[in-house]
Amino acid sequence: MIDIEGKVKEIMENGLREIREAKDIDKLNDVRVAFLGKKGQLTSIMKAMKDVPAEDRPKIGKWVNDARASIENSLDLMREKLDEAQQEAFMKAETIDVTLPAKTPIAGHRHPNTIALEEVERIFIGMGYEVIEGPEIEYDEYNFTKLNIPANHPAKDEQDTFYITKDILLRTQTSPVQARVMEKGHLPIRMISPGRVFRSDEVDATHSPSFHQIEGLVIDRDITFADLKGTLDVFAKELFGPETKTKFRPHHFPFTEPSAEVDVSCFKCGGKGCRFCKGEGWIEILGCGMVHPHVLEMCGIDPNEYQGFAFGVGLERIALLKYEIDDMRLLYENDIRFLNQF
Amino acid sequence: MKTSLSWIKRYVPDLDVTAKQYMDAMTLSGTKVEGVEELDRDLDKIVVGLVRTCEAHPDSDHLHVCRVDVGSGEDLQIVCGAPNVCAGQKVPVVLAGGRVAGGHDGSRTEGGIEIKKGKLRGVESMGMICSIEELGSTREMYPEAPEYGIYVFPEDTPIGADAIELLGLHDAVVEYEVTSNRVDCYSVIGIAREAAATFSRSFCPPVIKETGNDEDAHDYVDVEIQNKELCRRYCARVVKNVKIGPSPLWMQRCLRSNGIRPINNIVDITNFIMEEYGQPMHAFDYDTVAGHRIIVKTAENGETFTTLDGQERQLDDQILMICDAEKPIGIAGIMGGENSMITDDVKTVLFEAACFDGTNIRLSSKRLGLQTDASAKFDKGLDPNTAEEAINRACELMEEFGAGEVVGGIVDVHEALPAPEAIPFDPGAINRLLGTDFPEDDMIAIFERAGLRYDEFNRAVIVPTFRQDIHRTCDLAEEVARFWGYDKIPTTLPHGEATTGRLQRPMRLMEMGRRVAEDCGFSQAYCYSFESPKVFNRLNLDANDPLRQAIAIANPLGEDFSIMRTTSLNGILTALALNSSRRNRNVRLYEMGNIYLPKALPLTELPDERMTFTLGFYGEGDFFDLKGVVELFFQRLGMTGEAVYTTDDLKPFLHPGRQADISYNGEKAGYIGEVHPKVRKTYGLRERTYVAVIDMPVVEKYATFDRKYEGIARFPVMTRDISLVVPKALTHAAVEGMIRQRGGKLLESCRLFDIYEGPGIAPGYKSMAYSLDFRHKEKTLEEAEVSAAMKKIMNGLESLGVTMRS
Repeated sequence: MIDIEGKVKEIMENGLREIREAKDIDKLNDVRVAFLGKKGQLTSIMKAMKDVPAEDRPKIGKWVNDARASIENSLDLMREKLDEAQQEAFMKAETIDVTLPAKTPIAGHRHPNTIALEEVERIFIGMGYEVIEGPEIEYDEYNFTKLNIPANHPAKDEQDTFYITKDILLRTQTSPVQARVMEKGHLPIRMISPGRVFRSDEVDATHSPSFHQIEGLVIDRDITFADLKGTLDVFAKELFGPETKTKFRPHHFPFTEPSAEVDVSCFKCGGKGCRFCKGEGWIEILGCGMVHPHVLEMCGIDPNEYQGFAFGVGLERIALLKYEIDDMRLLYENDIRFLNQF
Repeated sequence: MKTSLSWIKRYVPDLDVTAKQYMDAMTLSGTKVEGVEELDRDLDKIVVGLVRTCEAHPDSDHLHVCRVDVGSGEDLQIVCGAPNVCAGQKVPVVLAGGRVAGGHDGSRTEGGIEIKKGKLRGVESMGMICSIEELGSTREMYPEAPEYGIYVFPEDTPIGADAIELLGLHDAVVEYEVTSNRVDCYSVIGIAREAAATFSRSFCPPVIKETGNDEDAHDYVDVEIQNKELCRRYCARVVKNVKIGPSPLWMQRCLRSNGIRPINNIVDITNFIMEEYGQPMHAFDYDTVAGHRIIVKTAENGETFTTLDGQERQLDDQILMICDAEKPIGIAGIMGGENSMITDDVKTVLFEAACFDGTNIRLSSKRLGLQTDASAKFDKGLDPNTAEEAINRACELMEEFGAGEVVGGIVDVHEALPAPEAIPFDPGAINRLLGTDFPEDDMIAIFERAGLRYDEFNRAVIVPTFRQDIHRTCDLAEEVARFWGYDKIPTTLPHGEATTGRLQRPMRLMEMGRRVAEDCGFSQAYCYSFESPKVFNRLNLDANDPLRQAIAIANPLGEDFSIMRTTSLNGILTALALNSSRRNRNVRLYEMGNIYLPKALPLTELPDERMTFTLGFYGEGDFFDLKGVVELFFQRLGMTGEAVYTTDDLKPFLHPGRQADISYNGEKAGYIGEVHPKVRKTYGLRERTYVAVIDMPVVEKYATFDRKYEGIARFPVMTRDISLVVPKALTHAAVEGMIRQRGGKLLESCRLFDIYEGPGIAPGYKSMAYSLDFRHKEKTLEEAEVSAAMKKIMNGLESLGVTMRS
């Protein structure tokens, strides 16, 4: 009896020791077979039970079962440990150099003009403006006459305007869309109109015979010059950052009165003066004013009832400034190394 | 417009502001200052000195050692290298520690050059005697200065006086951007009036004394205007016994600061008046004027005339001429004639101050290719009322300078002259427009500052005729706003009826196009709308191809920009070619831009501007990659119907075997293909290039942003793969069409997964393998149902000559 108990204990301790010493899963399996298998050491004790008096059998059975449970438990723990170690080893072998170059998905890039335009559209759509387009080939009447630029005005001179016939031309500004929208007579109006315009300028770093403008027009009963200032101030802050200040300088446009040119504080130096703003601290960005009553009249709107403001921004000017592009020609070359930077 | 501050101060004597203050305030009141050049910015400690003794330097053959009295009590020893220095001269002397503007060769050093005590070849020198160039100016401006050497003052100049002051260099030349509506500001008086109003100082324009002897100009000259619409006024006065000589220094200095070279008293006076009043004048030699008659009339076509610069000019019947009884003697408003110009022996001068039509002068001057200071003033459209004042001022100066005897009276020919306009004063309307609450009295004060008059009785603002820009309340509002200060107007946001901010539908579709293109690796290009007609040849178009019907620009920048494009192809190919020539690899570009299709030529109405979505690439990928982009675009626009690719209308610029028209719902929506090798070559594209062109207005008809959920299939799919032997000419579209037709509703999808020609397949055939998915929406399909469908499909395919591959 005592003998058997000691034997079981010895087997168990041997088993546990061998488990501890097992270096891999194979070895562990060997241990399982050697102790718990059909011909294993514990099994053989159970097999020898028939030689034991019946009253001792439960006791021996319990010793053996306890030992089995203990070995099995230890086996499981060890197996888990070894599995984990093996997994770790695998993963270690799979280590990659995370600094190897990325696989760049092929993605196209949007043109900086469009990016700038979308910025502007976002700002004005948020303020309730509709985006409306007009024809690029336009009647002289819309491009000039209805904007208070009568025949023989110097701006109409051939050197500035591309003509197709006497009455049809390439629009020199997006302002004709103002007249087209006002004529429709749906008031109030809050719109911006981006688009391509044409002037007879030779191509160089700051000129192009075709470029883009964004026209703005607001017509309602009580729109004031103060509203124009407020609106463009919001616009400048949204576009160039919350610290941006605006300066309105009197100017002249035939279709607005009073008119202004707007400077923004240089967003590079904050207004102290730097190379970017040519030491001025301010950068001119747009022209604007209160829609001239004669323009309203020509479009069938009673200036005693309605008034409003209009503004025009050069899109390329915004793009060049915002993205610090130093040559306008880059915008029309479409070199992929340029486009990839946006 | 350019003028010196000192000239402005002649009319605004109390203008005590710095150049910087002046610049900022003028800009904010509407006279934009483009630049200021302070003439004394690099000059310091320069006084008048008397050269008491001048001896040769002991160790030099060109230096002199001078003792100079600068009024400090003790003579200074100064070494001077100028050849013209000698004892007794009054000269500008820079004291030690002072600065000059540059070298005697006229080179300028920004910040100036400091002059220190020092030794020149061993002799101590306590300063420097200066040339006009060292003072930052030129002989052009100071003709009395010697060609080489130091400047010498008149003998009566006080010793020790500020030499910079005496030379008039404590001054700044200001350049303005004058807007086209402010014709009055193309004159010094106009700018001075603005300055006085800006700084609230009193404005003192010249008060012209009456001039002239007992004679009457009418006895001297007769004036007739034949083209009254081109000449609203002609004033003539006569000065006899003329003595040609230099004009006074102050006048020369004024002219110099405006960039005009002084010549003699008569020329200088006409130039001075032109700058002062903005009214060009002309002086004729009276004795050369035949019949002592002036006739203003247009020239004849083909006539020639020699202007006073000796050039012969071709005239036409739109060019207005000043003629005498026999011949033309000047081109009106542009340049006088050689035959009547003032010479040094002139005895009697005929002055002209006229008002010519601005547009006519502008156009004439352009046709003649002759722009002069005078034409630049006239072409703005002058106020006819200025002419009389200007000519009287000229005569006053002639008398004042003793330059001749002014004949009494003026020959003044004109039709009705403009009268001051009265504009009803409505302060409420002004405040309503500006969004302000300026008091009425403040507004009136501003009007008066600006040179307008308030008529209290009629409650109106009286606008003098030189202010051609003020006609309505909004113009008065501008006067109030700019002199009150735009910066003092509040900033508010519009209120009133709410409006919806949005993009219009075509723009949303364009935005989707951009997104799809970019998702597929295409970057956005911007191409020109105009191009060369040669493009059509490069694109291999037939002589009668309708795309050649392009709108031509009447006055293009050159052939390369002379027609409005009728196809977007050239733009994208040009952009790809540029990238190719710069060795950029795998370039994918797209463009969203208009083409311009005339309804009839020449244009009688606006053309059809068609937004065109163009994709093009070279490098990795082929026709089918591009086709995938097009189909993704259609799918994203909710165009779930089938796009049909047809090859019956071949385009000459595409590879004849690799192109297709794309139709949707039976309508042509664009085309796709590989660029014809010949066309590719004309662009210098070295690799195969693929393009797709989508006509957005067609897409617009079928696009929708509506989506409906159709459920996810719940029953299992049954897949059958079939390998077919297909006659080579039979298209995938035909095979797939048959499979779909016969497969019926159970056939969920049909996918080509392999295509093969070569060993194992008979010549004239190809092997095509399709994977077919069958599914029923409401139940699990049974084997028999699928087999039946497959049988139908195979029967159909057999009728096309297709067999199962064994």
